[in-house]
Amino acid sequence: MSQQPLLNLEKVNTHIDQFHILQNVNFTVKKGELTLLLGRNGAGKTTTLRTIIGLNPPTKGRVMFNGEDISAIPPYKIAKKGIGYVPEDQGIFYDLTVGENMRVAMMKEDDATQKRLESSLELFPDLKKFWKKPGGQLSGGQKQMLSIARAFVNETDLLLIDEPSKGLAPVIVEKVIEAIEKIKEHTTVVLVEQNFYMAKRLGDRFYILDDGLSVHEGYMNELDENEELKRKYLGIG
Amino acid sequence: MELFINLAINGVAMGMLIFLIASGLTLIFGLMSVLNFAHGGLFAWGAYSGVFFYVLLDNFWLGILLAIVTGILLGWITEFLIVRPVYGNHIRQILITLGFMLVLTEMLKVVFGPNIINAPTPEYLQGSWMIGDITIIKYRAFIIAVGLILFIVMYSVLRYSKVGLVVRAGVMNKEMIQALGVNIKKVFVIVFMVGSALAALGGALFAPSSGAIYAEMGMEFGIFAFIVVIIGGMGSIPGSLLAALLVGMANTFTAYYVPILSMVVTMLIMLVVLIFRPQGLFNVSGVSNK
Repeated sequence: MSQQPLLNLEKVNTHIDQFHILQNVNFTVKKGELTLLLGRNGAGKTTTLRTIIGLNPPTKGRVMFNGEDISAIPPYKIAKKGIGYVPEDQGIFYDLTVGENMRVAMMKEDDATQKRLESSLELFPDLKKFWKKPGGQLSGGQKQMLSIARAFVNETDLLLIDEPSKGLAPVIVEKVIEAIEKIKEHTTVVLVEQNFYMAKRLGDRFYILDDGLSVHEGYMNELDENEELKRKYLGIG
Repeated sequence: MELFINLAINGVAMGMLIFLIASGLTLIFGLMSVLNFAHGGLFAWGAYSGVFFYVLLDNFWLGILLAIVTGILLGWITEFLIVRPVYGNHIRQILITLGFMLVLTEMLKVVFGPNIINAPTPEYLQGSWMIGDITIIKYRAFIIAVGLILFIVMYSVLRYSKVGLVVRAGVMNKEMIQALGVNIKKVFVIVFMVGSALAALGGALFAPSSGAIYAEMGMEFGIFAFIVVIIGGMGSIPGSLLAALLVGMANTFTAYYVPILSMVVTMLIMLVVLIFRPQGLFNVSGVSNK
């Protein structure tokens, strides 16, 4: 496993309207790892992902991806550089069918993309079953699967996934965990997650955000053993 | 019975003309949610440039083509200078596009003069066919054919092509489509230009049908287009076609049987539809400004 950083946030500050959400956040993602962004509600986890993909660009600081500064690049160009995004609300196009949702996400229509589409459908067989069903009529779990599959259908070096377990039944959460485990074999992942069971199963390293500041980082096994840290910043224990 | 069929054919032709005017607005207002009150101005500019180039070059089809080009150029100017700074703000859109509508109308008078201008019909589209006691006016048949072709093309592109999918997805969730690698601003500029070109095409085809054009025609018919889009359901191409046909038929039949009602029948249809189906006849759900 290479230790070269794939993504590096250097003293990133992000404002949304008059609110100063991220304050000098430093954050490094190594190739091949699954890095977790943890913290309580309102800590700035979602904003961090939105800052990386360019939907809330930083007001100060730099976002480096593959050695290139992407801080001032529009979201569509960032996506084309190989960053996939699965938002918290899944971002499903409700009137489009499952098939159309997948097709609209495909940046290329070459053999490699077709192969990845097939892999996505193997990962989530339900999508094949509901191929012609409008996205708005899917269950919460199916929407989450579609959202992940859609981000995975293009050649991505980095996948940003925001709270994939939110609102899902435990049996569906298990399916999502298994899918992300498989995705992890091919792609570097940054995962925002409040479900500590899922975080523990999937994470290699973690960052804890608190009030827009990155307050702690380390390996997941260290966090699992640190009861005080879990209680203080994650409200567990 | 012949009278009924004649009226029905006229109603369909009028409906198709209204659809030609409204089709561009279906994209701009119905899909992109931009309250472009300058749409009527683009329609009037299409009518004037169509007639001007037809007379100048003595070629009806070149006139139509150059009217479309005029629409594309004016659409680009409208989007870039007028609409771009006010995306997502309906009040500002109404104010600024209404102002631009006045500018477009007055510019027509500056360029072409303030008088009514005759709009000729090409010889091969003049006259009518008689089938028994049924009269089919050639130009109306032509309008019906163009309207149908336009409907099929627009519907197919939006429903089945990748570009159509991108537009529909972009309207539903602008952020997500960008995160999937699509430059939605560029897509919307193109959609706006296509919508404006359709308004100009509507104007160029309308002119020979009415026989005369005048600068204020944009204001008059622009409102018609908005009503049709609202009745049909925001962003729905089949909805706009159905609404246009409904309005066209209602206008034609009331003009013959109850002339006093013909002035208000369009408003009455809109009123009834808004009371019983506020989302319009065909609703495209999931439209958001996110």
